[in-house]
Amino acid sequence: MRTKKAMIGIVTSGLLAMLTAGCDNKPVATGRARTGNPYPEYYQALHGKRVGFVPIAMGFDLTEAWLAGMQRQAQDLGYEIVVRDPNWSIETGIQAINSLIAEKPDIIVVQNNDGRSYRRAIQRAMTMGIPVIQVQQRVDAPSNYFIGPDFYEIGSLSATAMVSQCSRPGAPSKKVALLQGSLTGPASVNELQGIKSALKSHPEIQVVSSQSTEWDATKSYQITSTVLKQHPDLCGIIGFWDVSDVGTSGAIREAGLQGKVALITSGGGNREAACDRIRAGEFTRYYSYNVPGAARDLNTAIKTLLQAGPSQPMKSVTLLNPLIVITKESMGPSSCWSLGEIRQVGG
Amino acid sequence: MFGDLLRRGPALSQEAIVLLMAVLTFSVFSVLIPGFLAPANIGALMQNVSVLGIIATGMAITIIGRGIDLSLVATGAIGVGWLIVQLNAGVPPPLAFLTALGFCLCVGVFNGLVIAYLEVPPIFTTLAMGSIVYGFGKYFLIPADVNYFSEQWKWLTDLAVERPLGIPAPVITFAIVALMAHLFLKYVTAGRFIYAAGDNPTTARITGISIRWLTLFTYMLSAIFALIGGLLMALVVAGMNTRIASSNMVYDVILVAVLGGVALSGGRGGVKSVVVGTILIGILLNGMTMLDLDFTTQNIIKAVTLLMALIIDSFVNPKDEQTGRQGDI
Repeated sequence: MRTKKAMIGIVTSGLLAMLTAGCDNKPVATGRARTGNPYPEYYQALHGKRVGFVPIAMGFDLTEAWLAGMQRQAQDLGYEIVVRDPNWSIETGIQAINSLIAEKPDIIVVQNNDGRSYRRAIQRAMTMGIPVIQVQQRVDAPSNYFIGPDFYEIGSLSATAMVSQCSRPGAPSKKVALLQGSLTGPASVNELQGIKSALKSHPEIQVVSSQSTEWDATKSYQITSTVLKQHPDLCGIIGFWDVSDVGTSGAIREAGLQGKVALITSGGGNREAACDRIRAGEFTRYYSYNVPGAARDLNTAIKTLLQAGPSQPMKSVTLLNPLIVITKESMGPSSCWSLGEIRQVGG
Repeated sequence: MFGDLLRRGPALSQEAIVLLMAVLTFSVFSVLIPGFLAPANIGALMQNVSVLGIIATGMAITIIGRGIDLSLVATGAIGVGWLIVQLNAGVPPPLAFLTALGFCLCVGVFNGLVIAYLEVPPIFTTLAMGSIVYGFGKYFLIPADVNYFSEQWKWLTDLAVERPLGIPAPVITFAIVALMAHLFLKYVTAGRFIYAAGDNPTTARITGISIRWLTLFTYMLSAIFALIGGLLMALVVAGMNTRIASSNMVYDVILVAVLGGVALSGGRGGVKSVVVGTILIGILLNGMTMLDLDFTTQNIIKAVTLLMALIIDSFVNPKDEQTGRQGDI
């Protein structure tokens, strides 16, 4: 009995220690005092404001980079970014948006998890007079801005590039495999539509496999290794995201087919996930949606909305990320980015 | 017919039923899919489920001891994620490996203490522990969701794609791990004691087995299996996505173990059951990918097959006062 009590004590104190250790507060942005400055209305419009940010999850290259870019501007101009991390859960995301609405921030930035779930929450924010910026994936609800890639275009470009890859003399075959992301996400759905429409005029291209990876590298690896066993003469694979296509390229390398099977993919252009892989010959061609550019667009939208004020009704504005094509030949030192660089100079 | 079976006692174990189903699906796919029988494909088939098999072996040990470890996947993911972060930061590999192992063992010990000494049911303890491990890891140890081995560790990740004697390295790893676990459970005293404790804890205790220490030990073992499985998973794709911790992989792990005959009420089944369950899942996944079935259809077929195995078992080995036991989930 005594041991049991002692155990309870040890375990509880351990838990408490961990909890309290996790509660260190991050510094709140203050901004510099600017006196005698010729643009007082600009600084005043931004100072002391609150911007809510609800990503799909923190901890991966895209969301960390957007936040780093937004934080840099916020710290400089003296407003606050409030992050609510739903960690891949749609329900938590909806709760996060609703609790933010109750706190009445000046803007809410939302990265949609799929094509519809956040629709009502976004509508609610808009009717409450809180401007909403949608990033990366859009749901069909009126909002002030949508900032993200045109995945249909990425699919169409990837497929066209794959057609010329497989039509060149010496191509092993005209067989192509597709590694989709999730089945419901607009990113994945739109990219697939783009690919299909581009392949419509090329009936000679044979899609031998079209499977969903749920954005998971291990699943990509497993599907690719199986498909390559079944079709060793595969011409190429179109992957839907660099992060999961690390698994795809691993399976190609393991099959000894690197350089023979083309891998065309896309992503935010993070150095580790993109340029390192392109240099190593793992990715044949890469479409980057240039996350530092998106971070700058986010900041521009935030500045515009804060200066316009909540009462200004505006037409919904779409800012699509200009795409950058990266190949081994075209790659330069600034083709990709690292999180450290964005923390230093981004946004 | 079933009456006959009852009188003669169970003719087929659950293990044998699952093995039969594996042979059946294997034959069907061999006829349906050209290239399925190629040796290279059989290698890929096993390789793709090796990680699942290793982690399921760890899970089986806790289940045999009348426990369950739902924190396995999180422990492996965070342990290996931290290992990669340390390696990339220039920590000497042996030290990085030892600290990662230490982390996993701590999780195992903590699980064991709460379950064995505070007598909190394992299902809740390890469910909570999974979240604690993931949260702790993400906050203190690993800054990003996805961590890649940097270029200098290419030799290490290349090891995972080696094929000595034409057999993929992950399959060999699974074979070694499974064999060791099998020998441990069948021939080592502590291993036999785990069966005794799982079958009837009270009797085992009266016999003089130190049940609490034994329980603690099973969770330490399962944490080690989690680390081995996680490491293999990371080496194969040259990185670790810690998001796997909040995926439903842990259900697949339980499924593989239980499918082959490791009873959730403890004391039944063994490593052979896990291997058989793993092979069935491997055949299904590989064949369905080759048939280019979509994700949802694959899930349905997988679930129906598993349910069929369990239904056939309940007919062939029906429960009665002797075999049905208290605590069966």
